[in-house]
Amino acid sequence: MSGFRLYFSYLSMLFRSQMQYRASFLLLTAGQFFIPFAVFASLYFLFERFGQLQGWSFYEVALIFAVIHLAFSIAECFARGFDMFSSLVVSGDFDRLLVRPRSTIVQVLGSQFEFTRFGRLLQGAIVLAVALINLPIAWNAAKIATLVLMIACGVCIFAGIFVLFATMCFWTVQGLEVANVFTDGGREMAQYPLDIYKRWVTVFFTFVIPFGCVNYLPMLFLLDRADGPAAAYMAMPLAGVLFLVPCVLVWRLGVRHYRSTGS
Amino acid sequence: MRAYASVWRLRFQLGMQYRTAAFAGIATQLFFGFVFIMVYMAFYANGAKSATIDLPDLITYTWLQQIFLTLIMLWYRDNEIFGLIMSGNIAYELCRPCGIYGFWYAKLLGQRLAGATLRYLPLLPIVLVLPKPYRLGFPPSAASFALFLLALILGLFIVVGVSMLIYISVFWTLSPVGSTLMIAVAGEFFAGMVIPVPLMPGWLQNAVNFLPFRWTADFPFRVYSGHIPVREAAAGVAVQLGWVAILVAFGAWLLSRALRRTVIQGG
Repeated sequence: MSGFRLYFSYLSMLFRSQMQYRASFLLLTAGQFFIPFAVFASLYFLFERFGQLQGWSFYEVALIFAVIHLAFSIAECFARGFDMFSSLVVSGDFDRLLVRPRSTIVQVLGSQFEFTRFGRLLQGAIVLAVALINLPIAWNAAKIATLVLMIACGVCIFAGIFVLFATMCFWTVQGLEVANVFTDGGREMAQYPLDIYKRWVTVFFTFVIPFGCVNYLPMLFLLDRADGPAAAYMAMPLAGVLFLVPCVLVWRLGVRHYRSTGS
Repeated sequence: MRAYASVWRLRFQLGMQYRTAAFAGIATQLFFGFVFIMVYMAFYANGAKSATIDLPDLITYTWLQQIFLTLIMLWYRDNEIFGLIMSGNIAYELCRPCGIYGFWYAKLLGQRLAGATLRYLPLLPIVLVLPKPYRLGFPPSAASFALFLLALILGLFIVVGVSMLIYISVFWTLSPVGSTLMIAVAGEFFAGMVIPVPLMPGWLQNAVNFLPFRWTADFPFRVYSGHIPVREAAAGVAVQLGWVAILVAFGAWLLSRALRRTVIQGG
């Protein structure tokens, strides 16, 4: 429990420090709103020109887009500390975290929090609202639970990737930009229904990094397109949690291997 | 001029040091290229009639975007210049025996060329031998290719001209991150980096034609594939030259104004 209290005092500290540069904060938040907005606008223009995407309508793709962007922005808010972790290792500041009697995960999570990412979050929420209003989905408790689960487990996948690549810093010391292929690249890819891609992409992003399980597959259930037991589709997002578990275990292993840079 | 050339060379060599970062960039760009191409192929599968650019031309466009990203992206930032302005160390720059505008311009040019060299040298051979629909095509004629090279270089001059304006704006705003992000997002959208200009709705294309951004990326890439024919391309190069002149003249004037009212606060 004290881990939570510690985390929230980290948050309020970071919030107050980021609010010191108010104009820059607001402009950055606005910028974070417009980055995915430009992507969404081009999605709209493509649908306006081509009408449909292999049987998918604009609002269906908008729902897929919203889920993955919401998951990404929430993960970027919370797990930013892991994304920026290489700087802690390079500067040797990670030593200070180790001598404190608290979990390293809570401390790294609390080391960074990007409040400006709320701009991105807001954009995702608006797209979600637009999609939900325009889609003729018969909502019931099961479907609402599935939608919430999709976003939550999407967060787990992105967070897992951040943790995994942060762990590699223990061995490489410098940050690995290849992580962007899976975070930014995964987001770009998963904002469209997975079945429009070639088979190797679909297989990789279903069984290795399970973006398809939090997005495309449960979406079939929401839109009543699924054939097969509904429960299987509903439970699919939990693959995101399964992905996070080994990432955290590898992190523990990495912490034990850590050797300070000494600087 | 020799001073600018050596600034350029120093920056070029510094940029060449970051080889692992370049490797990561190559992987990222290949992945993004594949994803974009697959998305376009899916859209074209039953809607090719409504397109204003052929799929092979669009694939070429996508690869050229990825290959030359370092030359044309606006969000690339040189934190050193921001640091100089914000910390007041600009005073040292003022003591140098050459104009600041030309000095920074050469520096930014060198950085971008070094970054781009590390990308296109390894990427080009890969995308030229990819299996068929994904392969980067060749330009239809030698004239198209020559004009493409010229347009690409002039586009680079435009990009650096625009980024100089961003740096100069920091003299007034004193906080680079927010305003540069906004300009970069808008500029890249209007350059056709998010959605290719030929696929934009007509009203937007008309608006884009009046802005400089399109001439940095969209124009050279369509000259390469022959989507813009040679005669039209030659006229476009003249427009590019006009933009370079306007941006450099405006930037130099703005910088001289900014410097006149700069007060260095001791320390």
